[in-house]
Amino acid sequence: MIGMNGSKISRDDIQHVALLSRLAFSEQEIDSFTRELNSILDYFTKLNELDTSNVQPTSHSIEMTNVFREDARKPSLTPEEALSNAPDQENGCFKVPKIIQEQ
Amino acid sequence: MEYEPVIGMEVHTELSTESKIFCGCSTAFGSPPNTQVCPVCLGMPGVLPVLNKKAVEYTIRTAMALSCRITEQTSFDRKNYYYPDLPKNYQISQNYACLGYDGFLEIALGDHKKKIGITNVHLEEDAGKNLHPESGLTDDSLVDLNRAGMPLIEIVSEPDMRSIEEAMAYMTTLKNLLQYIEVSDCKMQEGHLRFEVNISIRPRGTEKLGTKVEIKNLNSMKTAIRCIEHELERQAETLNQGGKVHQETRLWDDAHNATRAMRSKEFAQDYRYFPEPDLVDVVISPEWREEIRRNLPELQDAKKERFIREYSLPEYDAAILTSSKPLADYFEKCLTVHKNPKATSNWIMTELLRELGNREIEPDECPVTPAQLAGMIQMIDNSTISGKIAKQVFSEMIESGKGPEQIVKEKGLVQISNEDEIGEIVKRVMEENPGVVETIRGGNQKPFGFLVGQVMKLTRGKANPRMVNDILRKNLL
Amino acid sequence: MDLHELTAEQAIGKLRKGEISSVELTRAILDRISELEPRIHAYLALDGEQSISDAEKADQRRIRGDNTPLLGIPVSIKDNICTRGIKTTCGSRILSDFIPPYDATVVTKLREAGAVLIGKTNMDEFAMGSSTENSAFQVTRNPWDTGRIPGGSSGGSAAAVAADSVPLALGSDTGGSIRAPASYCGVVGVKPTYGRVSRYGLVAYGSSLDQIGPIAGNVRDSALVLNAIAGYDPRDSTSAELPVPDYTAACGREIRGLKIGVPREYFVPGMDPEVQNLVKTAVQKLEELGAECVEISLPHTDYAISCYYICAMAEAGSNLARYDGAHYGYRTRDADNIIDMYSRTRAEGFGTEVKRRIMLGTYALSAGYYDAYYLKALKVRTLIKRDFDRAFEKLDLIATPVTPTAAFKIGEKTADPLLMYLSDIFTISLNLAGMCGLSVPCGFTGSGLPVGLQLISDIFREETLFSAAFAYEQAADHTRKKPPL
Repeated sequence: MIGMNGSKISRDDIQHVALLSRLAFSEQEIDSFTRELNSILDYFTKLNELDTSNVQPTSHSIEMTNVFREDARKPSLTPEEALSNAPDQENGCFKVPKIIQEQ
Repeated sequence: MEYEPVIGMEVHTELSTESKIFCGCSTAFGSPPNTQVCPVCLGMPGVLPVLNKKAVEYTIRTAMALSCRITEQTSFDRKNYYYPDLPKNYQISQNYACLGYDGFLEIALGDHKKKIGITNVHLEEDAGKNLHPESGLTDDSLVDLNRAGMPLIEIVSEPDMRSIEEAMAYMTTLKNLLQYIEVSDCKMQEGHLRFEVNISIRPRGTEKLGTKVEIKNLNSMKTAIRCIEHELERQAETLNQGGKVHQETRLWDDAHNATRAMRSKEFAQDYRYFPEPDLVDVVISPEWREEIRRNLPELQDAKKERFIREYSLPEYDAAILTSSKPLADYFEKCLTVHKNPKATSNWIMTELLRELGNREIEPDECPVTPAQLAGMIQMIDNSTISGKIAKQVFSEMIESGKGPEQIVKEKGLVQISNEDEIGEIVKRVMEENPGVVETIRGGNQKPFGFLVGQVMKLTRGKANPRMVNDILRKNLL
Repeated sequence: MDLHELTAEQAIGKLRKGEISSVELTRAILDRISELEPRIHAYLALDGEQSISDAEKADQRRIRGDNTPLLGIPVSIKDNICTRGIKTTCGSRILSDFIPPYDATVVTKLREAGAVLIGKTNMDEFAMGSSTENSAFQVTRNPWDTGRIPGGSSGGSAAAVAADSVPLALGSDTGGSIRAPASYCGVVGVKPTYGRVSRYGLVAYGSSLDQIGPIAGNVRDSALVLNAIAGYDPRDSTSAELPVPDYTAACGREIRGLKIGVPREYFVPGMDPEVQNLVKTAVQKLEELGAECVEISLPHTDYAISCYYICAMAEAGSNLARYDGAHYGYRTRDADNIIDMYSRTRAEGFGTEVKRRIMLGTYALSAGYYDAYYLKALKVRTLIKRDFDRAFEKLDLIATPVTPTAAFKIGEKTADPLLMYLSDIFTISLNLAGMCGLSVPCGFTGSGLPVGLQLISDIFREETLFSAAFAYEQAADHTRKKPPL
């Protein structure tokens, strides 16, 4: 586990995160993001001041469990409605550019 | 150098619920593209998932059937990656608190049994499908999201398999089990079962694990086996030539009958799992578990024992009939039309299984329906046709899809059971074969069958054999 | 009095008595909007014809005997709330032409109640911002001083209500996005308890933090809206299956004896002393009305900004992954392959702040950093929630300022994103803990800028909020003053 130690996030890190986020950046943008993110992350290291070794995480602020729906069919959209905002379509399908690799 | 395979598998199975996992869209197979979608499974802005209770119950059932421990408070996590068949660009799955874990599946291998460990069983949503345009002119993809949001159970095994036979046994046993507990129809052609294997090899007799290679998108058992065979060879060859096996994900290339590498750098997957904020935890109380256990469908062993008891069938028959649930169901459906368990069992074990095997189809795809087979057996039992003629009728049924009554009528196969009629023919045969008659009357029973055969020939096989025997015997006295 | 100056409650009275029709009221609103929009820029979309048509239908319903409270009353909707057949952009280029084929649950409820929908209001892109300067389309102006921000991200809704362009509006609040604009614009804004109002159809930013809530000119009007939009929704798994009381009935209830805590951590150096004084004066007023006010401590307040931003950005990074040009929204041209399409679409379609938060969110969840950032933030969230839980064991309400300063100038905080984040200091803890809170006007600075008082209540205790806010409002009455437009 890497602790928040205030060490700088590098240009390479930014490029890696940009790829994970599917965002294309110019060289200047990479520079400015590197600067800004470092400053913000530096502020976040404040959380290290707190000892949370015996604290459970909270991911839902209101306690609730077992919310379900019954297994029943409901009407779907028409294909026209489903594709009404599609930037490109063909034969009732969404059309997208070449996928490099199957996953 | 002899290498030992170390194989683990991840099996995805589509559940047989009526509706999708997070919305009410239909799960029916084969509909035109994008006709079973709604804002939720399309991942439109502002939509939210609501969990299908039946999908959870099926997951609990599966975990129980695999002898897993059930997590008391199970939760969902987002698996983040980009792909056009995954509209939200994240999949709602389970990572931190899977529903079932630490189980096993026992497989039978010839003379002994082996337990394959189950690491976890978890529930998640399926993605849609990418198709290539018919024109073939471009490399664009067409995306159909009907399948997006279908409920999937993922079963992750420990790397406990040590041979291709074990891998095959694991897949067939698991498929069988899933059908038996009625969580999935496991129809391969509808994509209900998908496999991923992870394979490494190590010198036989050593403990240290080799480098693991993961292979995805195997959509049939045959493909999985071919893939394992190929990959084992590839890894052995690599090591034998002094190279190293790289830890990577490979894809099965059906056209070339080989695995190939993905460009791992570009696709270094970091799924960034985190708790799904739009879904709340599921608490599985002991009472709920008990209710599910009580309502488990009849499992294979119980069904086998019941067949032995209820239908007075030998163990051998019962074992074959219950070897798959669709077959067992077929058998019992026959009995609702005409109750002759042993005869039905015989016909299924011989004629039916042979046809299913030749055509590589499941019992519910057989052109001969249970009602038709039962009808045919009924006709044998009430002497309308003989057992031998029935074989002919059966072949006709398979070829034409017509019912037994229709075939018998059309081909005039009704058994001759009229004593006078048979008597006439017997007399004629005896007149035509005086020498044989002499021999038999003289004490030599051997040519008896020949005379019977002659009667059958003249009646084109339609004479009631027992009657022929009786009348002939009487006349020979 | 001009029709656009009527409060919702006054308008309801006149409609019920037949003194005015909904069509007349709606026309007056639309005229007002035309007059002010060149200066305020609160709206991204308006369909006058459709609104008049809705008003006609409302008048018809009334003739047939229908009498629901919001029948025929104009309501504006923040543009991150989906409206069927009406463009819903979230203030972003990437959804500039997106037309949802469905309504958000709150919109369905408003339609059923007979409300007349008046346009979609401007906002910070995907609700990421505290000033509405991050909208891809326009900067909304504060009606009290058009050189200043109206707050964000629900700036359009707050400005519209403040300018008397519409009596009621919906906003959304993830870290203060209803309360802060309400405070900066001198109107009332309510963030309900998490789960009180359905999120179905609210374009998600921070899923475990978001709530839709009312913005109105006075407390009672906001209670009217909450009555209409609150309630269990089977399409939202985080929606609470609890009955909805009549929040208007809470207005006018006795507040004598209510215990109100004032946290010392919310009165900090760097705060505008005028704001501090106005809030303290407001607390005194509550004491005069019979409440008992005590100083309390919410010790983890200082950590709330870091905790909030890590949680919100992580969720946001994932929530915004779907905007990729594949199935809806903007798509870049001439993409070579799918990754190219994704990356350029998102680069061209998203603004800088959105990209910044997606990057931070992705980083906080990435391999090797998950424990240090995201998991750590989730643990600190527990500590912050605990602060509130402990406080509410003994208290009915907590009173604080809403923002450290009054409305700042347009462009003043855009150079340093961190500076903008820090202005959320008083509002964000609430979203982390899930509690409800509201902002009610408590006075004006020397230069005539509004300041709000924040009241916070325990989960699902909105009635207490309304009782106290109403009592204060009646006693102090800052709603008589109007912006100099």
